[in-house]
Amino acid sequence: MTVLVVENLKTSFFTKAGVVKAVDNVSFSVGAGKVLGLVGESGSGKTVTAFSIMGLVDPPGRIVGGRVLLEGHNLLDCDDEAMRRLRGDRIAMIFQDPMMTLNPVLRIDTQMKETLRAHRAVSREKAHDLSRNALGRVGISSPDERLKAYPHQLSGGMRQRVAIAIALLNNPRVIIADEPTTALDVTIQAQIIFEVQKLARETGTAMVWITHDLSVIAGLADNVCVMYAGRIVESGPTADLLDHPMHPYTAGLIASIPSRNPRGKPLAQIPGMTPSLLRLKPGCAFRDRCARADAACGVAPDITHPTTARTLRCFHPITATAETQ
Amino acid sequence: MSSADVESPFKRVAADFAESRLALVGLATLILILIVAVGAPWVSPQNPYNLATLDIMDSKLPPGGHSLDGMTFWLGSDDQGRDMLSAIFYGLRVSLGVGILATVIALAIGLAVGLVAAWSGGWVEVVIMRLVDLQLSFPSILIALVLLASLGQGVDKIVIALITVQWAYYARTVRGVALVERNKEYIEAATCLALSTPRILFHHLLPNVMPPLIVIATVQVAHAIALEATLSFLGLGMPITSPSLGLLIANGFTHLMSGKYWISLYPGLALLITIVSINLVGDQLRDVLNPRLQK
Amino acid sequence: MTALLELRHITKNFSRPLDLAAKIARLAGADVREIVVHALDDVSLTIAEGEVIGLAGESGCGKSTLGRIAAGILTPTVGARLWRGTEINLLPMEQRRNAALKIQMVFQDAFASLNPRMRVAEIIGEAPHVHGIDIGGDLDTYVDQLMRKVGLDPSFRRRFPHQFSGGQRARIGIARALAVKPELLVCDEAVAALDVSIQAQVLNLFMQLRADFNLTYLFISHDLGVVEHLSDRVVIMYLGRIVETAPTLELFRHANHPYTQALLAEVPTLEKRGHDFTPVTGEIPSPIDRPPGCHFNPRCPHTMERCRIEKPAFREIAPGHWSACHLNDAH
Repeated sequence: MTVLVVENLKTSFFTKAGVVKAVDNVSFSVGAGKVLGLVGESGSGKTVTAFSIMGLVDPPGRIVGGRVLLEGHNLLDCDDEAMRRLRGDRIAMIFQDPMMTLNPVLRIDTQMKETLRAHRAVSREKAHDLSRNALGRVGISSPDERLKAYPHQLSGGMRQRVAIAIALLNNPRVIIADEPTTALDVTIQAQIIFEVQKLARETGTAMVWITHDLSVIAGLADNVCVMYAGRIVESGPTADLLDHPMHPYTAGLIASIPSRNPRGKPLAQIPGMTPSLLRLKPGCAFRDRCARADAACGVAPDITHPTTARTLRCFHPITATAETQ
Repeated sequence: MSSADVESPFKRVAADFAESRLALVGLATLILILIVAVGAPWVSPQNPYNLATLDIMDSKLPPGGHSLDGMTFWLGSDDQGRDMLSAIFYGLRVSLGVGILATVIALAIGLAVGLVAAWSGGWVEVVIMRLVDLQLSFPSILIALVLLASLGQGVDKIVIALITVQWAYYARTVRGVALVERNKEYIEAATCLALSTPRILFHHLLPNVMPPLIVIATVQVAHAIALEATLSFLGLGMPITSPSLGLLIANGFTHLMSGKYWISLYPGLALLITIVSINLVGDQLRDVLNPRLQK
Repeated sequence: MTALLELRHITKNFSRPLDLAAKIARLAGADVREIVVHALDDVSLTIAEGEVIGLAGESGCGKSTLGRIAAGILTPTVGARLWRGTEINLLPMEQRRNAALKIQMVFQDAFASLNPRMRVAEIIGEAPHVHGIDIGGDLDTYVDQLMRKVGLDPSFRRRFPHQFSGGQRARIGIARALAVKPELLVCDEAVAALDVSIQAQVLNLFMQLRADFNLTYLFISHDLGVVEHLSDRVVIMYLGRIVETAPTLELFRHANHPYTQALLAEVPTLEKRGHDFTPVTGEIPSPIDRPPGCHFNPRCPHTMERCRIEKPAFREIAPGHWSACHLNDAH
C-alpha cells in the first residue's frame, strides 16, 4: 500500500541574486513498511525536498508546484495549523543533528510526553509508559534512566536514538530521515540502521532516508532515487539500480567509490564540480561533466521508463550492452 | 548565497551594510557631523573663542536673532553673546575628538591585554581577567569621578579617565573572541607552518578578532562622548577654555528656567543626534559582522 | 626503509584545571574532581620513508590527537617524537624549525583551516616567504606553480577562501602544506567533508602528489574504503590505544582484533545488501571514564575475566601484523 506520493514537486528560492530551482519536478512514492533512499550530493535538493514535504520551507523559499499526498490527502492544501497537527503525529522527521529535535533545557521524559499529549489525550501514566516503550524500541537499554536525563548527558548516538524514538511516538505513517547517521560512528550507525529497518517493517511506517552515501542505501533501502541539481535523474529498486546504473552520474558515483577500483590505482572520477543552481543552463544539468553528452543534451531530458520499476532522465543511458563493450 | 563577483570581505560588508536605510541615514548624519567637527574653524559663522569678536550686548538672543553688526544667530546666542551654532560646532569637535582618541587608545590597550590573556592562559590570564572583573564591577562614572578628583582637570586627564573606564570592555571581548578563534584550524595550520607567535597573534588572529571589536568600539565612542558630557556637565570635565557639548549644556542650564531654553537645548540635541547616529551605525555593523546572522 | 618519524610511548591527557569556585567547593567537601580526558595511552608509531599509513578508528579513539602530535601542533604529555632518528625537542632552534616544516598537515575542515581574511596567494606563499625557503625564483611564480600542481587556476590567486567550493578549498590547504616542501603529510579526514564525486578527485590528487614529490603520508580517516585504497599499512585505534596494525591486505583479509573485525563487518558497502548482520552492541565508552583492562571488553563478544583486569600486550602475531588481544595468548 502506498503511503506517501510526491508528484511533480517544485520548490524555488527567490533570492536577490535570482531564482534557485532547488527542487524541480520531483516525483516518487513510498509504500508502507518500505524504505526509500534519496541520494544526492550537497546542493542536489534532497533536504529541500524533505522540508517541502514537511511544510517547513521558509521564505525566500516557496513551493511553486506539485502535490504531496499522504494517504491520498494533499499536504500542500493544508494550512499552517493543519500541518502543525500532522507533523510529529502522522508524519515525522529526523535530522542529522538530533538537537534540532531535542530541547537542551528539558528532560527527555518531558519532551516525549509533550510530543504525545500535543496530539492526543493520554494520561500522564500512559504517556510515561508509551515514552518508555518507544525508547526500548530504538534499542536503549535502560529507558527509565534515560527518561530522566537531559540531552547533554547523552552521547551523540544516544541522542539520535532518542530523536528517533520521539519521531516514532505517535506511530507516524511516514518518517523522513535527513542524514540521520552521517555524524555517527560506523558501529553506532550500524546499530541504528539495524533497528530502524526492523521498526519500519514491524510498524508499517514508510521511510524516506536521505543520504549522500550510496553504501548506506545499499544495505537499507528498498528503492533509491538519485538526485542531481534539483532533479531525480534516476530511480529504481536498490539492487537493480546499484548493479545496473543507467544514468552516467549514478554510474560515475558508483565507479568512484574506492572499493570499486584496483587498490592504489587512480580512482575513476567525475570531472568538474556540481553546478551552481543559480547559474543553471537549460538542458541536462550534468552534461558539462558527462562523457556521453552531445548536442541533444541541450534540452532537458524527460522522464523515461526503461523498465517498469525504473525511471531515468537521460538521452544516452548506459545500457547492459554498452557496459560490456 | 555566496557571491563570487564580490571581491573582498570589506566590500561584502559594505554591500550588506547598505541594506538598511536607517543605518545609511545614521552613517550620512555621522559623516556630516564629522565634517562639521573637523572643519569647525572654517564652517562656523564665528570663532566663539575669539573674545574680540564677541559682544556682551548680543547675549542671550533667541534663535534667528540678529547681532549688532548684522550677523544672524540661527540657534541663538549664549550669555556671553556667543553664536550657539558656532559653539556647537566647536563643541562637537572637542567631544568627538576626546571620545575617539580615548576609544582608540583604550581599544589598543584592551586588544593587547586581551590577546595576551587568551594566548598565554594560566596565571597571567587569571590575573588579567580578575582585574577586568574588578574594574567592570564599579560604575564607570564613579571611577571617572574619583580619577578626575585626584588628577585634576584638563583634556589629557579626561582622556586618561575615559581610557581607564573603557579598556576592560575591550580586553574582555578580545579574550572571548580570541579564545574561540585560537582553537580554529587556521591557527593550528599556522602553528604547523612554524610561524612565530607574534606573527600568528598579529597577522592571523588579530584580523579575525577585529570585527566584533569594531562594533563595540563604535558604540563605545558614543558612551565616551556621553560620559565626557556628563563629567563636563558636573564641572569635572573639560576646562572652560575648550568647552565641549557637556559644558555648553551646563552653561545654559541656569537659564533654562528663565525661558532661555536654546542655550542648553541645542547642544543637547547635537549630543543626542551624534550618539543616536553612532549607535545606528554600530547596530547595523553588529548585524552585518555577526557570523551567526550571515547569509 | 628508514624511519622518517617515530612516535615513542606517547600519552596525551587533556585536563581542565578546577576554577576557583570548584576549588572552594572541594575544600567544603564537595565531590569535585578535575576532569581528565585520556586521549592517548602509551601509543608508539613508526612511519617509514615513502610509506602511506592509514590510521582508522571511531570518534574518541585519539586518531586526530595522534595526528596533531605527529604534526607538532600538540605536545604530548609523555613521550618522544623523533625525526630521522633524532628527538626533535632536543634539536637547536634552527634545525627544530626545519624538522617541523618537513611535517605538514592537511585538515578535515578546509574552510576552517584557511584564514578567512587572507587571499589565496598569501595563504600559500606566507610560510615559504617568512622562512626564506629556496623557491628558485620569485614568490608569485612559485605560488602559481603550486596552484597549478594541485589543480587550481592561478588566476584565482587574489581571491578569498569563501569564494571557493569545498573541493577547491581542500586543494588550497594541500598547496599551503606543499609550499614548505614537506616530506611527511598528515591528512586528518582530509576528504571526509567533501562530496562523493569530489572525494575521488582529491584522493587522486593525493596519489599523484605522492609520486611527484616522494611524499610519506599519515592518512587519518574513519572511512575504511579510503584507507584500504590508499594505504600500505593500516593502524586501527580504539579509545586511545592502537589495537591492531598490519599491511593493508593482511589486515583486511585476516583481521585479528575483535574490534577490527566488528568494524570491517559493519562498514556499509555497496556489496552488502539486505540486513543479515547483528551489529556489535553498546556505546563507545568515554575517554574520560575508560573501562579497565582491554578498552573493548564491555562490547567484545569474546570477553573473558582477564580482559576486564589486564591490559593486553601488543604482540606480533604474523610478520608485520601486530594486535593487542588476550585471545592471541590462548594458542
